[in-house]
Amino acid sequence: MISIELIKAGYKKGNAIYMNRAKFDRIRKKLRNASVGIAGVGGLGSNAAVALARTGIGRLVLVDFDKVEESNLDRQYYFLDQIGKTKVDAIKENISRIDSNVKVENYNLKLKKGSMSEAFKDVDIVIEALDNATTKTEFIEEILSNLPEKPVVAASGVTGYGHSDRIITKRLGKLYMCYDEHALSSEDDILMAPRVCLIANWEANLALEIILGEDK
Amino acid sequence: MSIEVNSRKIDWVKNETIKHLLRRMKYTFPLVVVKINNQVIPRSDFSNVIVPDNSKIDVIHMISGG
Repeated sequence: MISIELIKAGYKKGNAIYMNRAKFDRIRKKLRNASVGIAGVGGLGSNAAVALARTGIGRLVLVDFDKVEESNLDRQYYFLDQIGKTKVDAIKENISRIDSNVKVENYNLKLKKGSMSEAFKDVDIVIEALDNATTKTEFIEEILSNLPEKPVVAASGVTGYGHSDRIITKRLGKLYMCYDEHALSSEDDILMAPRVCLIANWEANLALEIILGEDK
Repeated sequence: MSIEVNSRKIDWVKNETIKHLLRRMKYTFPLVVVKINNQVIPRSDFSNVIVPDNSKIDVIHMISGG
């Protein structure tokens, strides 16, 4: 793992040990001009947002109605001293401590059927990071029908532990699903950091793939 | 006289709609997508479309958790 400091140091010195400088510049520039919207900043969304912030993404639009609770800290990107804050404020604070150039647009609201796509009109990609299966389905359907040109990255099957190699990406038109069909519902199984973060980062990684295309 | 649902081989039932097949499979999750032989079937057609013999069906579930 190369830290941001090392990449920046290497970059400043024109050091070619870590990466091809032209590629570095090209990718950073593309990402600085890109925007991603995330619906929900719980287990999936908070971790995906932080992963994207670390890549130097230009703008994040984050929507969540919830506040940070102690029980969230087993998998969500928050800290003990943030309990009681709204999740969108807390994640904005955490992102600003990683990269202050990432623009974070916050919406402390509950997504309501019929107006779910409004906050996401002018982002390049939407990440579905909600928890309840019905809400997840409604959200995806609403984005796909109201914003038909928008790529949607979604996740289904995040509970439990192990079985990393059961996770696959299913693509259906503009919908990209991080998917484990054998996982149980969160009503019947436990949510744990390793798998939730794995899938959150899978979503972030898919978003990058869509933004950057193939760059060899 | 069989069909394949999510890679599982099961008996084909004459005149069975997608809706009935989903019930037979006990798929109670909110569904995102059903594909028959790689063709996406709109949700509004679940009670009209008859599952053909020898077809390959993919059902993508939405499972709670996040």
